[in-house]
Amino acid sequence: MGYHCIVLVKQVPDTANITGEAMKEDGTVNRAALPAIFNPEDIHALEAALEVKDRFGGTVTAVTMGPPKAADVLRACLYRGADRAILLTDRRAAGSDTLATSYILAQAAATVGDFDFIFCGRQAIDGDTAQVGPQCAEKLGLPQVTYLEKIIDIQGKTATLRRNIGNGWEDVQTPLPALVTVIESANTPRPASVKRYMKNKFKRVPLELPADSPEAAQAKEKGDLLEQWGLDEINADLQRCGFAGSPTKVFRIQSIVLKKEGFASVEPTEEGVRSLVRELIEDRTLG
Amino acid sequence: MMSEQNRNGEVWVFAEQDNGKLHDVVLELCGRARELADRLGVKVAAVLPGYKAEHLAPILYQHGVDRVYLIDDPRLELFTSLPYAETVIRLIQKHRPQIVLYGATPLGRDMAPRIASATRSGLTADCTDLQISDVTDAKTKEVWKDLLLQIRPAFGGNIIATIVNPFGWPQMATVREGVMPMKPADPSRTGELIREVCDLTDSFFGVKVLERKLEEKKVNLKAARIIVAGGGGVGSRENFSLLFDLAAALGGAVGASRAAVDGGFIDHDYQIGQTGTTVRPALYIACGISGAIQHRAGMQESAKIIAVNNDPDAPIFSIAHYGIVGDLNQVIPMMIKAVKERN
Ligand SMILES: Cc1cc2nc3c(=O)[nH]c(=O)nc-3n(C[C@H](O)[C@H](O)[C@H](O)COP(=O)(O)OP(=O)(O)OC[C@H]3O[C@@H](n4cnc5c(N)ncnc54)[C@H](O)[C@@H]3O)c2cc1C
Repeated sequence: MGYHCIVLVKQVPDTANITGEAMKEDGTVNRAALPAIFNPEDIHALEAALEVKDRFGGTVTAVTMGPPKAADVLRACLYRGADRAILLTDRRAAGSDTLATSYILAQAAATVGDFDFIFCGRQAIDGDTAQVGPQCAEKLGLPQVTYLEKIIDIQGKTATLRRNIGNGWEDVQTPLPALVTVIESANTPRPASVKRYMKNKFKRVPLELPADSPEAAQAKEKGDLLEQWGLDEINADLQRCGFAGSPTKVFRIQSIVLKKEGFASVEPTEEGVRSLVRELIEDRTLG
Repeated sequence: MMSEQNRNGEVWVFAEQDNGKLHDVVLELCGRARELADRLGVKVAAVLPGYKAEHLAPILYQHGVDRVYLIDDPRLELFTSLPYAETVIRLIQKHRPQIVLYGATPLGRDMAPRIASATRSGLTADCTDLQISDVTDAKTKEVWKDLLLQIRPAFGGNIIATIVNPFGWPQMATVREGVMPMKPADPSRTGELIREVCDLTDSFFGVKVLERKLEEKKVNLKAARIIVAGGGGVGSRENFSLLFDLAAALGGAVGASRAAVDGGFIDHDYQIGQTGTTVRPALYIACGISGAIQHRAGMQESAKIIAVNNDPDAPIFSIAHYGIVGDLNQVIPMMIKAVKERN
């Protein structure tokens, strides 16, 4: 018994490490050259779910949507303590904006069923939109508590949570089930456990293995297959997925060409800096 | 079904308020909403849920609003997601605005997606510009008249994306504080107050606020005349003290790039850029900041920009008025010294 927590996680390009190698001539980023990482706030969402499990008992199910490679973050969840992991992958989901994504994730959560909490990171670093959590909550008809700072208490079907409100905090009481979005200050994520790593490192989703290969047959036999769902398994209405289900359309992408011109070069010397300060005083930039 | 276009629909601003005060971003949005509405030939309206908030209506009129939908109910005194979202959802369904704008505040970012989900409309986060224009569909060549262009830097280098929603109206966007400059109030403007009833059943009020603690805002970047901003190149939390020293010598404030925030050198409140604060100081000194487009979006309108960076090819130099190619650990102490000399 206890509480069943679903955690929604995402694999994202590491936007903090856009090195020279990842930049193309035209000033855009070669996504493929960026390392893919576990979205930072989602690790804190996972930790919140594991905290519920540790303090109040229960189970944790991790769900991610993405290409087969996104199974990396599912394995990372298993290493840290998730009990079950599901990859949602379907070509027909490509092009989904936040509305379509939240529809798909909500269908997945409903298919998993019987949960008390859905935890997710406040936002993903490749978009910073913070939309998917609240949109999932609406789709499932759940109350939402955003920007979790602290799990204060859970009793029966009521949770008391502290949330960050930007200029302070507030403690709220929410009926369960509820969707909770988590920020980094909520907790300190535990490291992967060696034991869980050894147990789960060979787990694969079927699409990571060549179809009908001996490896695939072996993985199945050993119980090393992770669950992999497509849109059919979650009874998704295709009109609400992918491009068709996405009201926002990218109309135009413009590259900003930076012209290098017009700046006064100042020598990095005492004299150079002193004359710059003098100039700024003269033109009244400095009072 | 996604809802149809309503060409006569108003342009709405969500009037976020707390403790009887409107959030600054609301008045900033009113100015832009006015311009968009004039272009479309429609009215600007503000949606104002709360308790005893009627006194805020005249302020909204003075900033360009024609009509205020007031939803006054003691249960709406403190924000909780469900009742606030549901109130706006019902008003959208009743009045069918064509555009709804929200501040990208913690509250706006909590509530707006919920509204977008229920009305199945498009919502673009953190826009840096909003315009009205005709749009031709690249594939079908169909022409959509007068859509809201939702403009924002996109992930992936020096690129700006323009997002539209030809289907799934209202067209909705969030905008960070400071992005749209606040227009001066026009005391002669008045408007029409429309009282809407809050007929939500108690089932919407499941989440209860038990206790609230507000802190004084530590950082006020918008008001600063001089900003000394540090980025990934500063390297550590300790080293940020250099920037605080220079800011103190200049009587300015400290800001940061997202790399500095992500690196744990400084709190998010100091972040400047598309997903931080937008600033237009008289002087902006960027130290160890590469000048990524999301950062530039929040500071490029500064009157004077000085860039200190040891990489002569850093993009920040292309928008700088003064460039110092060098190590910030040497250059900043020289600056502090030079500033102190003149005092
Ligand atoms: C959705 C989204 C939203 C974003 N929002 C924002 C935002 O609001 N604000 C923001 O800033 N970024 C934002 N970013 C991140 C942005 O794309 C960049 O990654 C970030 O601005 C980089 O910060 P930086 O230039 O300080 O760090 P880096 O890219 O690490 O650059 C460090 C710079 O310091 C220089 N340097 C290093 N050492 C020294 C030294 N000793 N002396 C002098 N110079 C030195 C280097 O040459 C380099 O140019 C966002 C990204 C995404 C995807």
